[in-house]
This record gives sequence, C-alpha cells and structure tokens, in this order.
Amino acid sequence: MAESAVAAGAGEVVHVHPEELGFWRTYVFSTDHKMIGKQYLFLGLFMAVVGGLLAYAIRWQLAFPDTEVPGWGFVGPEDYNALVTMHGTTMVFFVAMPILLGAFGNFLIPLMIGARDMAFPRLNRLSFWTLLGGSLVLLSSFFVPGGAASAGWTGYAPLSARPIYTGVNWGLNLWLLAHAIEFASFLMGGVNFLTTVMIMRAPGMTFFRLPILIWQLLTAAVVFLLSVGPLIAGAIMLLMDRIAGTSFFVPEGGGDPLLWQHLFWFFGHPEVYVVLLPAVGLAAEALPVFCRKPLFGYRWIIYSTLTTAILSFIVWAHHMFVSGMDPRLAMPFSFTTILISVPFAIMVFAMIATLWGGSIRFTTPMLFAVGFLSMFIVGGLTGIFNGSAPANIHVHATYFVVGHFHYTLLSGVLFGGLAGIYFWFPKMFGRMLNETLGKIHFWLTLITFNATFFPMHLLGLGGMMRRIANPMQYEFLQPLQPLNVFITVSAIGLLLAQLPFLINLVWSLAAGRPAEANPWEAATLEWSAPSPPPHGNWGEAIPVVYRGPYEYSPPEVAQDWLPQDRALAARPG
Amino acid sequence: MMRWLPENVSSFGGDIDAILSLIYSATLAWFFLTLGAILLFLFLYRRREGRGATYIRGDKLSEAVWILIPAVIVLVLDLWIDFRGADAWAKVKGRVPSSDLRVEVTGKQFNWEIRYPGPDGKLGTADDLQLDNELHVPVNQVVRVTLKSKDVIHSFFLPNLRLKQDILPGREVEAWFQATKPGRYEMPCSELCGFGHSGMKGWLHVHPADEYQQWVRERWPSSRQGEGSKGS
Ligand SMILES: [Cu+2]
Ligand SMILES: [Cu+2]
Repeated sequence: MAESAVAAGAGEVVHVHPEELGFWRTYVFSTDHKMIGKQYLFLGLFMAVVGGLLAYAIRWQLAFPDTEVPGWGFVGPEDYNALVTMHGTTMVFFVAMPILLGAFGNFLIPLMIGARDMAFPRLNRLSFWTLLGGSLVLLSSFFVPGGAASAGWTGYAPLSARPIYTGVNWGLNLWLLAHAIEFASFLMGGVNFLTTVMIMRAPGMTFFRLPILIWQLLTAAVVFLLSVGPLIAGAIMLLMDRIAGTSFFVPEGGGDPLLWQHLFWFFGHPEVYVVLLPAVGLAAEALPVFCRKPLFGYRWIIYSTLTTAILSFIVWAHHMFVSGMDPRLAMPFSFTTILISVPFAIMVFAMIATLWGGSIRFTTPMLFAVGFLSMFIVGGLTGIFNGSAPANIHVHATYFVVGHFHYTLLSGVLFGGLAGIYFWFPKMFGRMLNETLGKIHFWLTLITFNATFFPMHLLGLGGMMRRIANPMQYEFLQPLQPLNVFITVSAIGLLLAQLPFLINLVWSLAAGRPAEANPWEAATLEWSAPSPPPHGNWGEAIPVVYRGPYEYSPPEVAQDWLPQDRALAARPG
Repeated sequence: MMRWLPENVSSFGGDIDAILSLIYSATLAWFFLTLGAILLFLFLYRRREGRGATYIRGDKLSEAVWILIPAVIVLVLDLWIDFRGADAWAKVKGRVPSSDLRVEVTGKQFNWEIRYPGPDGKLGTADDLQLDNELHVPVNQVVRVTLKSKDVIHSFFLPNLRLKQDILPGREVEAWFQATKPGRYEMPCSELCGFGHSGMKGWLHVHPADEYQQWVRERWPSSRQGEGSKGS
C-alpha cells in the first residue's frame, strides 16, 4: 500500500538501517531526533562548564576582591561586568534552553507520543546547527578587542546602546547577534514541537493521554513563540542604535530607555516559564514512576500550566516597579504577579499529593525530582517578596533577587534537568548510570546548592546590590563580607560536586551496565521501545495507546503498572 | 531573617518592613508546611515489602479538593499581601508630599551630583550650591529629591531609608523621604552603569535641626535668614 509523505508517522513500515552509517551521516547530517537531542544535551553541558567557570571567577572576586583568581588571573571592574553578563546569557540561553527544551524536547516528544521522528526532521537538524553557530558567536565575543558584552544579561539601554558608555564595541554587537541566532534556532524548534504533537500522535494518543512533560514542553514552545517577537524587534533596534546611530533607546535623539525594558521583560518573564515548565514536567514524570502511583491531579496540573502561560504575558512590569515608569502601574502588575502563585501552588500540591500513599523508591532520578520540588518551593516563595511592589523597593536589584532566580532557574536545570538525565539516560544511551555515584552527586549538590544560594537572600536583605565587583567598597556591606566568603566556598563546592556526575557520565557511557527496554518499570510509550531505540524508534508497528500515562498500581492487574500501549479492557479516560 | 535588614531611619521604612515581615511570616509557614509534608510522606510511604501504593488519580473534584483548598488559602494570602502592599506603595511612591526642602540629584558615570537650591529655594539660580556625593538634610523633615541622569540609567538607593528609585536619562523622576534619625548613611548606585558602577556612592548626612542650621550658615554665609531652602 502506498503511503503519502504526510502519513509517515503511524502505521508506516520502517526501513531499519542495519548497515553502519559513516561519521557524516551519523553525527552531522543525521535527522534522527534522538541524535539531535543528544547533541543539544552535550552542547548544553559544555556551555554549562563555560558558565560555571565564569561563576567561579565572579564568586572569587566577590569574596576576595582584587586578588588574583587562581587559575584565571586578575579580574578588573570591566572584566567583572563582562563576567556577570556572559554568565547570565550563557546559562539562560545556551544551557537551560538547550538542555531542558532542546535535549529533552527533541529526544522525548516523538518517543512519548508514539512518532517515528519530529514532523520536520531537517528543520530539526538545522535548528541544532543554528544553535551551535550562535554558541560559537557568543564564545567568540570574549576574544574581540574591547572584550565581551558588559551591560548585564538584561542589556539595559542606553548603557548598551552606545559603545562609549561601556567601552565595549564588537563584544556587545556579537552578544546581540548570538541572541538573534539562538532565537531563530528555538523558533524552528518550537514550530517543530508544536507541529509534531499536533499531527504525529500515535493512534489512541489523545491530548488528555499525553504525558505531562509533553504538555509542559508544548506550553513552553507556544509561550516562547508568542513572546520572543517583541524582543527580536528590540534587539534589531538596539543593534541599529549601536552601529547605525539611530536613537530608539537613547534620549538625546528622542528615544526612550524604558521601551527597551518593556520589550525585554515582555519576553524575559515568559522566558522564565519557558525554562521552568519543562523542569516541572521532568520532575512530574519521575515522581509517579518511583511512587508507583498515578500523578495526582493530572488534569489540574494541565489547567494550571495553561493558566500560568496566560498570566505570564501580563506580569512583565514587575521587573520595573522602581524603573521610573508610572507608579500607578505597579499595583496591577504586582497583583497579576502574585496571582501566578496560585497555579504554581496547585502544581506543587499535586506533586506532593503524588507522594502520599505511594510506595516510594529512592532512586537517583527520584531524589533529584524531589530535590527540584523542594528547591522550587523556596524559589516560588521568595518570588512573593520580589512580586510585591513595596517589598520590591528594598530587595530590587539586590542579591535577594539573585538568590531567588537561582532557586527557580538553576534548580530547574540542576535538579529538574538532572532528574531527567538520570531517568532517561538508559533510554538515550542503552546503559545505566551508576546509582552510588548518582546519590553522592545528589547529596553534595543539594547541600552546596543551598549553602550557596540561600545566604544570598540575607545579603540582599542587608542591601547588597547585584553586579557590584567589590562589596568592600561599601561600609554598610563590610560586616556582611564573611557571608560572601562562605557563599564563594560553597559555590566552589557546588562546582566540584558536579565531578561525580561527569565521571559517572563518561564511565557509564563506555562501560555502564546495559539497560533493558524498561528498567524503571514505567508506563509511558518511550519505555516500550528498545534502549536505545533504533532509527524509527519502534520496529514494524507503531504502538497503539489505550490509556493515560500514569497507570501505576491499578486495581485491575496484578503487576503494579499498566503501560499505555498494552491492550486490555480499556479504562475510561 | 528580618534582622538582616539595615536599621530603618525613614518615616516610610516601617511600612515596607511591615510588608516584608508579613510576607516572611506567610512564606515561612508555607515553607514548613510543604517541606514538612514532603519529608513526612517520603518517610511514611517509603517502599516496604507487602504494601503497595494507593491507586488514586486526583482528577475528580472530590479528590482534587486536597490540592484546591490549599490553593484557595494561597489566593487569600496573596490578596492580603496585595491590599496591605497597596497602602505601603501609595505612601512611598504614590504621591510625593509637598515640602519646601528640595534637592536635585544627578547621576553621571560615576558620581552623584547634588544641587541645593540655596536661600531662594529655587533651583537654577545663582545661589545654588553643588556638592559631589554629599547630601545634607535635616532630621524629621520631608525632603523632595528630583532625580536626573547625564548619561545612563543609575539607581538612587538609600538602604537605611528603604528608598530605591531608578533614574532615567532624559526624564526627571521625583522621590521623597523623611529621615527620622541623625547620622551618616551610605547612598550607593544600584543599577549597573558601567565599569565604575562598583564604588559609585555618596553619603546622606542627616543632621539634627541646629546642626543643619549651622551647616546652612556655613554654606551660605550671606544669607541672614540662614535657613537654606526655607527662604521663599
Ligand atoms: Cu519576571
Ligand atoms: Cu551608577
């Protein structure tokens, strides 16, 4: 029977490739979503090392100002501003997004919905190479005369709009260019995610049978698509201000510096959820598997996710309470911002309720998932301080904010992302990670993470500003300096705590215990494929879906999980 | 946690601190409730031989109330924080009270230029006085500050007065404060403004009434009235 190209997902007879593909077809031109997903993962991990080294230099300078950073050199005030700018940009756009969206989205979407590949495999390949290009542009900006961008990761104009204000010329232009390329890459990725989930689901895979991670990735992709447009326009305007002498954001020419902030944060706040929602999804996938219990309130989590997505578009000015915008705008934005705590509270309560009555296995992915849940609670709660306009007056632009967003974003990448890596590593690479090393990694990370970021809230309450290179220049901060030293020691500990993971990764890739198809006894579709899945993911036939994704310990079968694709008298829903 | 705040010496700082401590109490309670529940459940429901998990999906409203009712409590607390916060915000940023005491603070890379209007109470006249990084005010009086910038965005931050206001080049932003305790308070810039941002700071000198008169007499010796900006 002749198959049309559009119907290439379900029911098609796969051509398995037993013959060895060459290097080029395996790594460079492969359009296999699994290979592309892994490449996103390794790119993100590499950039995380870069961002982590920047953090090391930042922390050393703060604890021991104007002393030589061991293994790095002397950090001057211009260098310092470049370090904080590049650390933020690298971590948000070139670590969090590639790992949480790029790696897990590409690897898992087809496997979880029962498709043989993404809807646009070549576009997928292109989006990865585009991102790699953007990463190289960003890295190259360290080496141009004048150094890397130093106007903060938020790039506030007019500081960013005229080279004379920072002394940075091409560094900042390349920084803008790297953003543009990154956005192009994730726009392609987002379109691919959306289309794939819309049209490539396996027979029986209704929307309310999709794993929660797919909902989160889908929502993140839509939020990104809808919010990034204004910032792309803003970035072009800023680049024109820099190289063509226009004055979109420069007041002498009639421009408005606040316009940049509106454009930036209209994207910037939704971006937080672009990163956070997939992390919630990763943790929410691991929890039911290791509790042997359905995810509590699956539909309520979906409704909360969608509510969060909608609200995320009307909160952006909470970054601008003291920016000089009309003060009457503050309370409405404060209200919408604090309101977001309600849908997030429902997600958190649902995950906690999943633990109740479970039969909990403390595997490494489970530990990281619970770690994410706990750290994310702290991040959500401290967000209330920032979101309340009057409280924000004091904590705005202090280390309180730095502490807060590391508890949300970094906990998403570190705990959420690592829960995902430990959970799906067997599926990705066909080998198990070492559990003992994994547990050592978890406990060291949990302790050093909290020792690093919790005291930042105290520094912020004490008034310590972000982005100052030397706290000792301020009399009111000098008594707080021991805390800065403590944070730096902890941060170095947090970086070193990742070594067991890197060792585990390299060792297990080469010599880990081979993984069976379903080592965790999980119910979602990806575990019905071999580990690692072949090109096309399943053999002759695509699985058919009979039920929701979290049927653990159902009363009607003896075994404590019921895979989505096992034919049985179908349960409603 | 609240003891980490710098000593408050402004008339409105107490309102901001009250909001901070209200949020602190609410979030601390949730922290212990949620983390406590997590730890308790992890302990109680750890895997044990012969005991399976409870099959409960939590989609039905009768089950979901366990997560929806706490969410309603969150909502109520949110609204409480909003309404209390709205009053504090209105007091600090909403309306600038009138005052005869005015100064102009201009941020530039990397100093505060402070202009005093002098005995005539008007800025831009011959008796203006300009000092770098030194703001002198009397205690217990409302001071109006007109904030300007010559180049990029700076932020006028007085940690002890719970006052923070960004300054936009090309605009004038109005702020105010009323210091309640004489002393010398640091006045950093809290918005990244270039390579000299770290270390961009001035000092706020809050003088007792007589000391302030003394300061005014020294600065404007020709003025018989001696009260710097009360002349008009
Ligand atoms: Cu935000
Ligand atoms: Cu400044």
